Amino acid sequence: MTLLSKIAGPVSGLAIMCSAVAAQADVLFWSTQAKPVEEAQAMREQVLSGFGDAVDYQPNDGGPWLTRLNAELQAGSGSIGLLGGLHGDFSAMNPDDLVDLGDLGVTSASDTFNNLAKLGTDSLQYIPWMQASYIMAASKKALEYLPDGADIDALSYDQLIEWSANVHEATGEPKFGFPAGPKGLKHRFFQGYLYPSYTNGVVRTFASDEAVVAWEKFRELWEHTNPASTNFSFMQEQLISGEAWIVFDHTSRLAQAFNDMPDDFVAFPAPAGPTGRGFMPVLAGVAIPRTAPDMDAAKALVAYMLKPETQIETLRATNFFPVVDVDLPDDLPASVQAAGAAVAKMSGSADANPGLLPAGLGDKGGDFNRVFVDAFERIVLARQDIRAVLDDQKGQLAAIMEETGAPCWAPDAPSDGACPVE
Amino acid sequence: MNARILPYVLILPVTIFLCVFFLYPFVLVAQQAFGTGSGFSLENFREVVSYWKFPISLKNTLLLAAAVVPIQLALALLMATMVNRMQKGRDLVLYIWTIPLGISDLAAGLIWLAIFEQSGFLNTMMSGLGIVDRPVNLLSYQHPGVVFLAIALAEIWRATAIMLVILVAGIGLIPKEYYEAAEVFGASPWKRFLRITLPMLRPSLQTALVLRVILAFEIFAVVAALGGTLFPVLMGETYAYQFDLLNNGAAAAMALIILAISIAFTLVILRILRVPKGATI
Repeated sequence: MTLLSKIAGPVSGLAIMCSAVAAQADVLFWSTQAKPVEEAQAMREQVLSGFGDAVDYQPNDGGPWLTRLNAELQAGSGSIGLLGGLHGDFSAMNPDDLVDLGDLGVTSASDTFNNLAKLGTDSLQYIPWMQASYIMAASKKALEYLPDGADIDALSYDQLIEWSANVHEATGEPKFGFPAGPKGLKHRFFQGYLYPSYTNGVVRTFASDEAVVAWEKFRELWEHTNPASTNFSFMQEQLISGEAWIVFDHTSRLAQAFNDMPDDFVAFPAPAGPTGRGFMPVLAGVAIPRTAPDMDAAKALVAYMLKPETQIETLRATNFFPVVDVDLPDDLPASVQAAGAAVAKMSGSADANPGLLPAGLGDKGGDFNRVFVDAFERIVLARQDIRAVLDDQKGQLAAIMEETGAPCWAPDAPSDGACPVE
Repeated sequence: MNARILPYVLILPVTIFLCVFFLYPFVLVAQQAFGTGSGFSLENFREVVSYWKFPISLKNTLLLAAAVVPIQLALALLMATMVNRMQKGRDLVLYIWTIPLGISDLAAGLIWLAIFEQSGFLNTMMSGLGIVDRPVNLLSYQHPGVVFLAIALAEIWRATAIMLVILVAGIGLIPKEYYEAAEVFGASPWKRFLRITLPMLRPSLQTALVLRVILAFEIFAVVAALGGTLFPVLMGETYAYQFDLLNNGAAAAMALIILAISIAFTLVILRILRVPKGATI
């Protein structure tokens, strides 16, 4: 009897714990987006609180995010109900692991986005959720050094370099800021801004003569770049601290500067090169893994995320813009107004040359980025010969394209089969 | 219970534990490293070794170990002999010296980052003393030497204590008679250290060096905090393969390369510091 009573205690404790866990069967929203604490909290309190059932919003880094997801997929059962991630997160997955969402009846307003979301299949594998882009921002103190005749809303790369040089000369410090830190999004600048602006391509023109010119220009800009940039990952911090006066970054990584000190900064479009004003739209989506415990609740949550009211709340929480048609209210945060205007000017400019997110690379997205990051580290930091580095890196890029068979995306000219490196 | 079976029964749990949580995952990692879908292949190894950063990260890792471990060994020996001679307050000093042991390596890296970064203590001090006009960015790609120095300092500060603890225990085991005999014959303190302490410490030195060298090849968090991507090391590259590139095979291959280096150095240390058969304290 004593043994039985000894066991009875822990067992009843376990039983209570199990039932408590069962009672909390929230939908687990497993996301790579809205990771900063304030954003995650805003997602929980303002965005997801309006959904009927309780939602457990858990943001995480890309690596752990995928590790847990893959573990659940391999086990064949799991607790993740809804996935949130960038297009690149989903394109790295096997489409069979995601539930087809084509019959759900909700889509984004953009056909480009909807096509991307099919991941090469016939049906939507994820639903476009929110979008953003990369823009430029500057401290108002830098405006007086703008080159003569330069329009801040229609700068060229040459004018940007001259502007940064003027600031450098006047203050004695290099004040251009570039997110070249370990978590910085520098590769997107090369893929979506520098290369489209100078070579009208990304993959085909990787090692072209125009690309050599582009890297030379970037080296010139680097002369006036704060050398601590190799530690910068979120440029809002350096804008606020004054370590950088003119910066490039993702809209959501600049938001805090505009929200904290709305009168001190301006947002403006990325500069233009010989082949137009290259810029890259960013797309995040929501998807359901095939192991989701409650399929109906997950689908209902997807539909809820795409409702116009939810989209506006998401914009407030994350600084990512809606993907459905909504009327934006007037009382939006300063960051949203500033970034929204800059993105609109950028995409509406006469010489706009949008570079899409890399598509069709599957799980080679990281390797693709590394080609550009390596080129940067070798050309700009180690000051190796540009032609030699590009010819060397070209082999890796070609191998990635051949292995994945990814066709060219804009602004590269379309290809039959894998996109060639010329 | 039968006295002959008892020892085996007693080590059974730990054996099972090691098999399940060490041997089995190790086999899986080896499978990942040597297999690329179809049978045995060295493709993963070829890929990681031919990457342009591999020689740099290998050189950095070895250089760091070569710079840090000897200094730590000397420091640990010095500190251990000092502690051993103390009459009063020995425990207190030992506790204070081993505080860094209780701090995680990432936290140690962050502590030193707070010292070396542009708005850190070192810069504040230097500008306060008028050595520099404005804060200098020390941990940048322009000053690779300072980055190396900062990482080496953080490592020395953080991990000398583990050698110290082992050596203190070892010194305590050396019988006093040897020293008394040496004194009778007029050996100087330095001679006593060279002829008695060092040889008698061999087993402890072995353990301390093996542990420390293996840890030196696994250095990661301190480098990540202080050097970021400016100072590539083998473990950092492994992490990048696993989590940035999602390439399990290449990450497993890197892990095995680090293991191979560790094993090689362990064998060398064991060989050099071997205790001759029959020679015991």
